[in-house]
Amino acid sequence: MSANLTVADLRGTAARRRTEGLIRGVFVAAAGTSVLVSVLIVFALTEQAWRFISQVDLSVLISDGWFPRRGRYDVATIIAGTLTITGVAMLIATPIGLGAAIYLSEYASARVRRLLKPILEILAGIPSVVLGFYALAVLAPSIIQPLCGSNSLFSMGAAGLGVGILITPLIASVAEDAMHAVPMSLREASYGLGARRRSTSLRVVMPAAVSGIVAGLLLAVSRGVGETMVVAIAAGGVGGSLFTINPCAPGQTMTAAMTALATGSDQVRGDSLAFPSLFFVGLLLFLMTLVLNVISERFVRRFRRAY
Amino acid sequence: MTAQDLAVRPSAVQEAVRRQISGRKLDIGALWFQALLLGSLVVALGILVSLLADVVGRGGTVIVERGPGFVTANVSSNPALAGVGQGIFGSLMIIVFVILLAFPVGIGAAIYLEEYAHDNTRTRLLNATVRNLAGVPAIVYGLLGLAVFVVALEGLTGGRSVIAGGVTIAVLVMPIVVITAAEALRAVPASIREAGFGVGATKWQVIRHHVLPYAAPGILTGSILTLSRAFGETAPLIMVGAVVGGFVNRPGQNLVDTLQGPYTALPTIIFNWARQPQEEFRHLTAAAIIVLVAIILVLNALAIILRNRFERRW
Amino acid sequence: MTIELQPEERTIDIRLTTVTGSRPEEAAAAVPAEAVFELRKFSAWYGTFRAVRDMDLDIREKRITSIIGPSGTGKSTLLRAFNRMNDLIEGARVTGTVTYHGVDLYAPEVDPVEVRRRIGMVFQKPNPFPKSIYDNVAFGPRVAGLKGKSRLDDLVEESLRRAALWDEVKDKLGSLGTSLSGGQQQRLCIARAIAVSPDVILMDEPCSALDPVATLRIEELMWELKQNYTIVIVTHNMQQAARASDETVFLTMGEDRAGYLVEQGPTAQLFTNPQNRLTEDYVSGRFG
Repeated sequence: MSANLTVADLRGTAARRRTEGLIRGVFVAAAGTSVLVSVLIVFALTEQAWRFISQVDLSVLISDGWFPRRGRYDVATIIAGTLTITGVAMLIATPIGLGAAIYLSEYASARVRRLLKPILEILAGIPSVVLGFYALAVLAPSIIQPLCGSNSLFSMGAAGLGVGILITPLIASVAEDAMHAVPMSLREASYGLGARRRSTSLRVVMPAAVSGIVAGLLLAVSRGVGETMVVAIAAGGVGGSLFTINPCAPGQTMTAAMTALATGSDQVRGDSLAFPSLFFVGLLLFLMTLVLNVISERFVRRFRRAY
Repeated sequence: MTAQDLAVRPSAVQEAVRRQISGRKLDIGALWFQALLLGSLVVALGILVSLLADVVGRGGTVIVERGPGFVTANVSSNPALAGVGQGIFGSLMIIVFVILLAFPVGIGAAIYLEEYAHDNTRTRLLNATVRNLAGVPAIVYGLLGLAVFVVALEGLTGGRSVIAGGVTIAVLVMPIVVITAAEALRAVPASIREAGFGVGATKWQVIRHHVLPYAAPGILTGSILTLSRAFGETAPLIMVGAVVGGFVNRPGQNLVDTLQGPYTALPTIIFNWARQPQEEFRHLTAAAIIVLVAIILVLNALAIILRNRFERRW
Repeated sequence: MTIELQPEERTIDIRLTTVTGSRPEEAAAAVPAEAVFELRKFSAWYGTFRAVRDMDLDIREKRITSIIGPSGTGKSTLLRAFNRMNDLIEGARVTGTVTYHGVDLYAPEVDPVEVRRRIGMVFQKPNPFPKSIYDNVAFGPRVAGLKGKSRLDDLVEESLRRAALWDEVKDKLGSLGTSLSGGQQQRLCIARAIAVSPDVILMDEPCSALDPVATLRIEELMWELKQNYTIVIVTHNMQQAARASDETVFLTMGEDRAGYLVEQGPTAQLFTNPQNRLTEDYVSGRFG
């Protein structure tokens, strides 16, 4: 074998090179397809949104409430609706989510963790339709109506509670991951100085995990902003709504407005404005969540880099 | 004084130290804090229980009374006759599209990202794009489906059809498939790949004979969980025209007509019924929710069982 | 016994030669020492960091050559350059030449897959595949194109015999490779490497994860393997180099943190009468 070795012996067969190249090509194509989708989204949204903007008289965008059937497309109304509901949601999800996270990460024994973590996972797996029904059928009559003294079942508060339940597991799991990633040595240093668990958790672990926690909160906001079904069922606002940030009142969000436009409750087929307005709102929503997600990612990278 | 005396009678210093470090001071604050934290978990548990109780309470009677008839009946405006059969059928068709489209492309993309791609700006951009796609709200995918699959490709898909719905959900779910598959591939230890290369295997041989078998349980589990999530997606289906009311299939319809015709899905039925004010529809909604949740629970349990079973092997 | 590979026109050659009765040194001296590898001005880089600097080195056929030196001096990098395993690392590149039986290993037409079928490797931590013992050994030949159950059976048995593992596993070829003890796993990895009939076996600190008993068995195995294969071993353990190798290469680290060749020579001479001051300091334990 030794004396007659040439480069040609070490070339490998052309057939094998071809096969390997082909296989690689298949996987490249798969990756390319997944990117194609984002291109399609941006393209579809901007094309129709542009059609809306170019046709519409811009004054229509600052009108008296969102009433597409009457040609009133006050963007501020639906954005206010989205923010109100997301605000209510974050108000209840943040303390519950963070509380659960701190408990699971710093206090719970391994056995308790194994018992309690599945609760959060199950909560995370509940489809939003179900939570919408729950918000309308249970939360509205038992919590919102007594609190607000209203006779209508529909309110942004009820939807907000529903969305809050939806995003609590998200906050809890991201925050818990972030705190879990804080190295034991930091805790040991704190306990070694005689600090108790509460001080250690609040003053050492949480600050160290703050980037991860913030990332989780931003993700939750993004999820809340994009949430559709809970709002479509429980928030009311069918047919349109005036500008309001009162959680006791019904309201319209960007997402619910989109479903209303698509299913025909607000849509007048053949109306040249309603269909493209849908994409205009969609583009707004897409940009909002994109910005939130990108910022959240920056925070995630910061917390990963720290360790 | 002898040493023994010292040992028997502790000095003042010893006494002071002993007093300081022994005994537990009751820290009310800490107890309250811990209770508060545990309380948040209890609240979460409470919500879960309340939700289940309400749903089972309302819907249980319907299921018990009508039995399998509820599952097979068509949607109808008469609550006594309405059932979720068409919804289950539609949802299953959509799942088929997800499996056929999203899984191969998603897993293939993951293999490219983890096994073939070099670590450069382009790859990092690709990864970031996939992650961002996973964070896009479902309803935006519905818009995409509406613009592309319902309107632009109406000739192929038949407009507001289960094809459009299935492809839309497949597109929605694909980034998640990529992410979970990539995670499973990353978990394969480098030493396995090195050993494979070391005996002169080509890249594809290493992937096919070592990486994929090792990562398969993780990919499978992730896929099943993704399916369970796809089952509950509602907003995009509404956007691409899943029928929210009722419809009837023409008798003697062939497969293409069925695929290109009107359809509905289980979550959209729930959405529609939830908005009806009548009390009977509340019960129906709850019953439909029981069916949906049951399906999702079965899928999740399957995923967990498979994960445990395969984890023991290695 | 030669097994012909149709598709790839290569011969997996299982030579049943044994050298009986003669002491290893005599056998070595009787065979002319041809160079299997020749390195000239060889440097290895990871991006802009040079790990190994300007090496001129010969590795002789059918000898055990050990590479010793303190941590971080590029010993593993050097070893992995011989079978192009560094190609797997992002940003790795080489300058200078590495020839294998006169052929430039890094020529653009050369396929690393072919290189690795001729130059096998055993790793520091035993890494058997999570498959059966049989499949572990059979994997290499299978991907090289070998088919036929009886030929594979013979090849597996022969490889396991040569790795001194056959008697211990012959009744459980179907059990998982990872179920063996550490020392057995490493011998399984050696059998796996042998199965593709390489003519060189590279060993990267093969005993560092093993207990002394297992270590001794591997060293004895190396003496047997030397009759049929050229062996290059990186070791941290000086005593192992001293007792188990024919030639020794000593590397150390320069100020630029790149490893460079200090001295190379017959083991006995390098340890008892080193030419270089640094070598003497290292082998007598004054640094490292």
